[in-house]
Amino acid sequence: MPAQTDRQTAPQGPSASGTTPAGSTPTGSIRRLHLPQKLRNLELFLLIIACAINAGAVVLVQLGALGTIDTQLVLLGAGLSFLVFGLHVAMRFVARDADPFILPIATLLNGIGIAMIYRIDIANNDAGWESASVRQIAWSAIAIVAAIVVMLVIRNHRILFRYTYIAGFVAVILLLLPLIPGLGHEVNGARVWISFGSAATFQPGEIAKIALAVFFAGYLVRNRDSLSMVGKKFLGMRFPRLRDLGPILVLWALSMSVIIFQRDLGTALLYFGLFLVMLYVSTGRLSWIVLGMTLFVGGAIVASQTLSYVNGRFTNWLDAFNPAVYDADGGSYQLVQGIFGLAKGGLIGTGLGQGRPDITPVPQSDYIIASLGEELGLAGIFAILALYLLFVARGFRIGFAGQDDFGKLLGVGLAFVVALQCFIVIGGVTRIIPLTGLTTPFLAAGGSSLVANWIIVALLLRLSDTVRNQPRLVV
Amino acid sequence: MNRELKRVSVVVLLMFVALLVSTTVIQGFQADNLAADARNTRTLYDSYSVERGPILVAGEPVAQSMPAGDDYKFLRTYSNGPLYAPITGFIPINGAPTGLEHALNGELSGTSNAQFFDKLNAIITGQKPTGAAVEVTIDPVAQQAAWDALGDLTGSVVVTEPKTGRILAMVSKPSFDPNTLAVHNNEEVTSTYDALLADPADPLINRAIGDLNPPGSVFKLVVVAAALESGKFTPESTFPNPGTFQLPGTNTIVRNTEGGNCGGGATVTIATALRLSCNIPMAELGLELGDKAIRDMAEKFGFNTDYTIPLDVAQSRYPRVLDDAQTALSAFGQYEVRATPLQMAMVSSAIANDGVLMQPNLVDQILAPNLSKLEVFEPMEVRRVMSAENAATLTLMMVNNVNDGAASNATIDGVEVAGKTGTAENGEDDPYTLWFTGFAPANDPQYAITVLIEDGGGLGQTGYGNLLAAPVAQQVLEAVLNK
Repeated sequence: MPAQTDRQTAPQGPSASGTTPAGSTPTGSIRRLHLPQKLRNLELFLLIIACAINAGAVVLVQLGALGTIDTQLVLLGAGLSFLVFGLHVAMRFVARDADPFILPIATLLNGIGIAMIYRIDIANNDAGWESASVRQIAWSAIAIVAAIVVMLVIRNHRILFRYTYIAGFVAVILLLLPLIPGLGHEVNGARVWISFGSAATFQPGEIAKIALAVFFAGYLVRNRDSLSMVGKKFLGMRFPRLRDLGPILVLWALSMSVIIFQRDLGTALLYFGLFLVMLYVSTGRLSWIVLGMTLFVGGAIVASQTLSYVNGRFTNWLDAFNPAVYDADGGSYQLVQGIFGLAKGGLIGTGLGQGRPDITPVPQSDYIIASLGEELGLAGIFAILALYLLFVARGFRIGFAGQDDFGKLLGVGLAFVVALQCFIVIGGVTRIIPLTGLTTPFLAAGGSSLVANWIIVALLLRLSDTVRNQPRLVV
Repeated sequence: MNRELKRVSVVVLLMFVALLVSTTVIQGFQADNLAADARNTRTLYDSYSVERGPILVAGEPVAQSMPAGDDYKFLRTYSNGPLYAPITGFIPINGAPTGLEHALNGELSGTSNAQFFDKLNAIITGQKPTGAAVEVTIDPVAQQAAWDALGDLTGSVVVTEPKTGRILAMVSKPSFDPNTLAVHNNEEVTSTYDALLADPADPLINRAIGDLNPPGSVFKLVVVAAALESGKFTPESTFPNPGTFQLPGTNTIVRNTEGGNCGGGATVTIATALRLSCNIPMAELGLELGDKAIRDMAEKFGFNTDYTIPLDVAQSRYPRVLDDAQTALSAFGQYEVRATPLQMAMVSSAIANDGVLMQPNLVDQILAPNLSKLEVFEPMEVRRVMSAENAATLTLMMVNNVNDGAASNATIDGVEVAGKTGTAENGEDDPYTLWFTGFAPANDPQYAITVLIEDGGGLGQTGYGNLLAAPVAQQVLEAVLNK
């Protein structure tokens, strides 16, 4: 992500633009280029391609795994495409200058995810409402409608700035919900779900990450002076005053309690990583990162020694192929089978519907990337990672080009949370880091994750529209 | 703020680079190793889900893949399983394949390099990949005759074609049914396999190529060949003919099998010693030749060398270092000389083939599913072991051995058989190992045969080669010659 100004608004693209903080030295001329429908037309074109790829993927799955074409799921997918185009049309009215790449990327990832989940349903002989793919389509519909609502309701992101502390409060409530007896629901040892009867379960922590990003952005914009200006210099870094350590300690305590009470390493890492990066971007002080990393790594090491589930995760990671670890209850069986699946895919994969991703446990959620890697190969994984990287880059662009610090921080935070989540999940599956339970954004089966990520899409679109729509200084 | 943002961008980029690297390592560099991991059930299912090529004997499949309605898609079926088990081997769902299933796994499963373009073609055209068919050299008549002739004895029969090295029969008894090890049930396979492994009769061993025994008197052929090739001896060369012989530098006494001296007289010729299979003259001859000359000849015949046919053949041994006493014992196939039946078949075959040793071979050709020939195994000369004249001389001596000597039970009416029996000692009280090796017809050798009978043929130390092994050879030779 090279630091550069927005190419559409500043076609000349001055070379030194990125090195000076935007908006601080108004040396250039004020320009305003209005190319509204051009962006939307590009988006429409890309959306059509994305939907065509998705439909193709579903058809290939059917041909590969069933040998015939079943129109029911194609029709359901078409209904979903209809909603996506609804979001596109809504943007033509309320966010004409929004980024044209974000929506097609999200659509494509969502669709490929559905195709793979459907493929695993076929292997498991699941059909109808019992099948994960139909539920995933339903959740996708809910998520896209939620995105349309967010797009229509939040016409200006600065409204969110007013609700900084409410957002923080909401985040904490959402995190606490699963711990309430009767409402909370435990899956595989992690207590991060809430259930409404037996029909629907929801992971409020996914929504909490958005609330947290809003809260962090608002809080840091208000308080960054005290967090960045004062303090003692030590080892070449300016360390904060003791009394300014409050926020980081609170967040650290929150993360640690997620690890201890909800038994969810991944979510804790996600929240804390998000906070640290936003703290660093807003204050520009490396000491926060050093401090935060020390706290978190220290906490994680203590947890790995004292909490058996954390310890198990570390053992599975470091010694996955050891037969004792492999055969142990809660051992590395799943991790190793996922790696076997990836290896089976090789460079070009077995082809959709032609591999055996169902050998790996939960191949449709935590391990969907291994399933995709098996059937689409390294080439497919690279394409998916490139899509994520592009998505994150569009978010960071808002950060670079934005005018107000709150919008910049929020855009960066939301984009970074997607990047970090990808890294935690895929890194866990490929043994870069210990495996922790998190969903792969847009791809994995899971309603709360879809809703949360589509709301992120809506917010990023809104932010990008604001960035382009405003008269601004180009430097 | 943008300076920090730039740094965070770099960190994000590095995170994704890490993911690209980790997936590349797994899917690219480590993929083959991971596929080879025994716990990788995907590889296992794959090897079953391709239609594995058949193993053909005279055009008829003895191993083939039949459609099965389970995860493995195909069930490997062996017709006449126990008869061909030493050749086909088996492919279990939870372990490594054996026999040709192992040696030609790549070809049978369609993954060998020669099939690369077929594989590519199958991917592009969307056809299901199929393995290649392996046509073996086995002659079903010879195989069945050898199986029948061996009866309930523990041992092996190898029939070869001296001029080409093609293996026409390879029987090992007791055998097992490979079908019981190809079932799609882990526990069943494991329990069957464990039971076969625990069986004291070792049914899983292919005795023709995997079992080493002292060759005893059949090794005298190698010693006499060395004597003739040295140029210092003829069949009429004579040696002192005592009733007992003390090994040099030891108190050990060597006797002839029948007791007494060898055919009467103060001296005995090499021809008589071989015909009556006497030990003392051979020990004397061995000492005069020296261990190096014998070892050189043994190695020309294939001792101390690894062979693949393409099954792996256990290495037959003539010891690398010997003192005089050991040389004398080795001259009649004792001490630490060890041979597989296939090795002794190579000795007979080379003598039969005018002194030229051919590469023993079990596979005629490998055919792609479209019947194009992927690989054809042409007869291959290993080396000239001895001159044609010496081979003819030795043949004549072997004919006399059958007509008027120690291998009299191998005679066939109207056909001249050349042969040599052996009765080898194992341990003080252990049962003997009984041998016959020879070929027929002697004037134009079509078949070379080697019979190995272990465990004394059930007779402990009272059985001998001519009693048990020679009749087996005779029965098999009659069957193939009358074909």
